[in-house]
Amino acid sequence: MKIGMVLAGLAAASLTAVVAFAQGERPPNRPIPDPQSGRHFATPDTLAIQDDDFLNPAFLWVEEGEQAWNRVEGTAGQSCASCHNDATESMRGVRARMPAYHPRLQRVVTLEQQVNICRTERMGAPPLPIDSRPLNAITTYIALQSRGMPVNVDISGPARRFFDEGERFYNTRRGQLDMRCATCHEENYGRYLRADLLSQGMSNGFPTYRLKEQRVISLQFRLMGCVQDVRGEPPAMGSEAFTNLEFYLAWRAQGLPVESPSVRR
Amino acid sequence: MAAPIGQPRVRLPAQVRAGEVIEIRTLISHVMETGQRRDQAGNVIPRDIIKRFEAKFEGQLVFAMDLAPAISANPYIAFQFRAERPGRFEFTWTNDAGESRSATQDLRLA
Repeated sequence: MKIGMVLAGLAAASLTAVVAFAQGERPPNRPIPDPQSGRHFATPDTLAIQDDDFLNPAFLWVEEGEQAWNRVEGTAGQSCASCHNDATESMRGVRARMPAYHPRLQRVVTLEQQVNICRTERMGAPPLPIDSRPLNAITTYIALQSRGMPVNVDISGPARRFFDEGERFYNTRRGQLDMRCATCHEENYGRYLRADLLSQGMSNGFPTYRLKEQRVISLQFRLMGCVQDVRGEPPAMGSEAFTNLEFYLAWRAQGLPVESPSVRR
Repeated sequence: MAAPIGQPRVRLPAQVRAGEVIEIRTLISHVMETGQRRDQAGNVIPRDIIKRFEAKFEGQLVFAMDLAPAISANPYIAFQFRAERPGRFEFTWTNDAGESRSATQDLRLA
């Protein structure tokens, strides 16, 4: 298997620690054991917008998502609420444990993908494009129901393989700048990259209202930006590569409170 | 074609005493396209902004603002108002195409 060969190659380069890390079923070590949310690296002005639910423009998306939750779509004549009833109860904690392993599909799915699985399989409605405004509205509304709850994804059992894939993507140098995610977010967080204060790259605030984009963005849209910033070719949003990476990132942020919808520069 | 003007959000304090200076807060969903950007084919994306905000109290203009292209999307506008008597506020946002959207809210005194 390809992963095995790569790992063997790494072992030959005497990076034995990395191998034990990726292959073992025991809990992996976190490079940042006590993670800090992105809000730790945000300016007071930005936080003032986030911490006021009226001022936070992401609540425009929340309102759209709440309306979409109750709107019947598709051939089955159902809405989200037909199965899940009141989102403020049924969706509580969902954002905190996603992405999660989907036993029937035998892979890890993100919250975005799960919404589309419901739409196509239960509602008979077309899937919404990843990072589109209607999909971000629904995921922001769902994520809000978990605000303050600690991120707690399950990487055990069959999910572990996808976690390892995500970790490998995270630690692979890429792009013309030959950087891995950790180059910025583990080796240099808290330092300035031109005018930007580098964060630890924790994903607990997503979906987030990004002031640069002037809209709510999904995590995988931000990941595309990261890969482009190191002058690499990003995988598509919704791809297996980014989904596994999102799974790994969630585990990196394990224990941090869900902050969605956060506001970031 | 002008982008839709979204649902306005308006917030007045719940408990207001006569003579009190209150803050009235508004937020509206809008793209605020500057007219400075180009699409992937190189064509200029036409300017499309909310260019005027007006607040009337019992039909009388009490606050107005001309908006400029540098103001970001989903503009948040807040202003102060001395509450002397109960009445109805009407808030109106108007875009470049002359289309407008309004919201009303009643001011009640405790």
